[in-house]
Amino acid sequence: MSFMNWIDERFPATKVWNEHLAQYYAPKNFNFWYYFGSLAMLVLVLQIVTGVWLAMLYKPSAADAFASVEYIMRDVDYGWLLRYLHSTGASAFFLVIYLHMFRGLIYGSYRKPRELLWIIGVIIYLAMMATAFMGYLLPWGQMSYWGAQVIVNLFAAVPFGIGEPLSIWIRGDYVISDATLNRFFALHFLLPFVLAALVFIHIVALHKVGSNNPDGIEIKKNKDENGIPKDGIPFHPYYSVKDIVGVGVFLIFFTAVIFFWPDFGGLFLEPPNFEPANPLKTPDHIAPVWYFTPFYAMLRAVPPMFNSQFPGVLVMFAAILVFFFLPWLDRSPVKSIRYKGMLFKVPVAIFVISFVVLAWLGMQPSTPVKTLLAQIFTALYFAFFLLMPFYSKMDKTKPVPERVTK
Amino acid sequence: MRKLIAVITLALMPLAGIAASGGHELHQANIDLNNQAAIQRGAKMFVNYCMGCHSAKYVRYKLFTEVGLSEDDIKNNLIFTGGKVGDLMTIAMPEDDAAKWFGAPAPDLTLTARIRHGGADWIYSYLKGFYVDSSRPMGVNNTVFPNVGMPHVLWELQGVQKPVYKYEAHHDGHAVASFDSEAEADAYVKEHGEGYRLERMVEGLEMERPGSLTPAEYDQVARDLATYLTYISEPIKLERQRMGVWVVLFLIVFTVIAYLMKKEWWKDVH
Repeated sequence: MSFMNWIDERFPATKVWNEHLAQYYAPKNFNFWYYFGSLAMLVLVLQIVTGVWLAMLYKPSAADAFASVEYIMRDVDYGWLLRYLHSTGASAFFLVIYLHMFRGLIYGSYRKPRELLWIIGVIIYLAMMATAFMGYLLPWGQMSYWGAQVIVNLFAAVPFGIGEPLSIWIRGDYVISDATLNRFFALHFLLPFVLAALVFIHIVALHKVGSNNPDGIEIKKNKDENGIPKDGIPFHPYYSVKDIVGVGVFLIFFTAVIFFWPDFGGLFLEPPNFEPANPLKTPDHIAPVWYFTPFYAMLRAVPPMFNSQFPGVLVMFAAILVFFFLPWLDRSPVKSIRYKGMLFKVPVAIFVISFVVLAWLGMQPSTPVKTLLAQIFTALYFAFFLLMPFYSKMDKTKPVPERVTK
Repeated sequence: MRKLIAVITLALMPLAGIAASGGHELHQANIDLNNQAAIQRGAKMFVNYCMGCHSAKYVRYKLFTEVGLSEDDIKNNLIFTGGKVGDLMTIAMPEDDAAKWFGAPAPDLTLTARIRHGGADWIYSYLKGFYVDSSRPMGVNNTVFPNVGMPHVLWELQGVQKPVYKYEAHHDGHAVASFDSEAEADAYVKEHGEGYRLERMVEGLEMERPGSLTPAEYDQVARDLATYLTYISEPIKLERQRMGVWVVLFLIVFTVIAYLMKKEWWKDVH
């Protein structure tokens, strides 16, 4: 019969299309915050495509890496565009993901039955961080080199005689070297595909439990006679056309940065990274790229104990791992911030301020005052999570309506 | 909308920190990347005065066809080694020898404008900042780059500048008092005793022996070199900005159409 029938008898194309797009019912009250999931996928695809093309022109060796990046910037037609898309894309990816995570935080998208969805998301975030860290070494500039040196040395702080051999195993050498660059390139090429697979799993989990919404109401509890959620609309065409608007707005900002401000004032491309890696010359001030600086500030905030940096390393990793436990830390009877009281809104505000201030502190050379500030905001960051079981339970919540609101 | 503004403000906040951290005060170079003559003059200065020691090894000579030179112009005026216009602007001086002679190999200058805080202003100020200092191996020091290992290559053009010092009493890393004469400052520091120390600072420079150029002509040379080095640090800059206007305009039109389409589809959602 028709072509689609021929396909459908052999592959569930129409079934998949309907289940995940045309008959996947999403709440009709998504707002601004709900653009960032689809934008994150867009940026991932963009990073993979530009990355593969860059890999065709880049040379992963200590002798040639820096020059090959300049070759891409100067001699390859539109090479500069590929490179700026990729370097700005890395920052855009983190910005979008931070906003996506913040959305989950305020609307309680991590609560039952979406715990696993959230956990998969945190794993994606971890994989992203690893990918970005390894990618940052590849231009082989001063900041690439010394940033990697500092971070890999963190592993050397692991006690019980494990640290030293571990850090050498990671580097493949006693210092960051050609061997390190080569393996980081291999892993930086591999990890985005792992990321894509994780995103697939994230979406499978999402479509099992259904999307949360700004009201934190389960739309599946209110179905009409055909079994369709009364507050649901098919993802396609409603959200596909809506997300295209989001993509347009995002691309306006994104391309404005690429074409007019690709360094972003030294935030996306750091000035010392235009100087080739020099193992004999330590830069005055080493700082990771902005998206890692909150955690870097926490690392520096913890003083060495028992002659070891390890406690700081633990705190830094704990700051990320604590996200895994969020679904069980929140004891509020409601999901969305709309129906939560001041005892949740104020901690969220404190958390956001702490994160931003720590990000700023992580870029600055440390001074006693700044270290003290970093300690205070690290404490507040952790207090937000660790005290959540108490304040979220004490919080005065508002009644949640039956149906989603506008 | 309020939320959107809040998000953007949050995203931009770290920039405040970047903007606030400055270094030595720099002269304004006021370069114009559209001024192709300045880039050409800068290129000529560069190959004549700088390329003895400094390379620009990521740049091909051919690049200057983009700023109005023909391949013959380039061959006759910029290439002294009989190389081809497609060659990279490398130098013959081995890095090891340079390290022996100057303390460090002379850095490649392709990306100087992107490395140095202040870019063109830094280069301009650096070229104007040499002064006699007999304590340095090359007999000169620099206001922008203290204790630099490089000799003042352009001294015949600029002339010789000598420093005007001021003397500061420092306590806890801060200047607490400033004097014109060393003796006064010394007396002040001795009077206050422990924790105070004398620092000699270069307050300004004055011309001791004029060079072959007037100060205004020398400023022009420094500006040309700053323009040239900024140009080679990112040759595509102007074209990327020109393209960017069209890309952003297209996306604005695209977004408006997408928005109208969304509104049409969503008419029946209540």
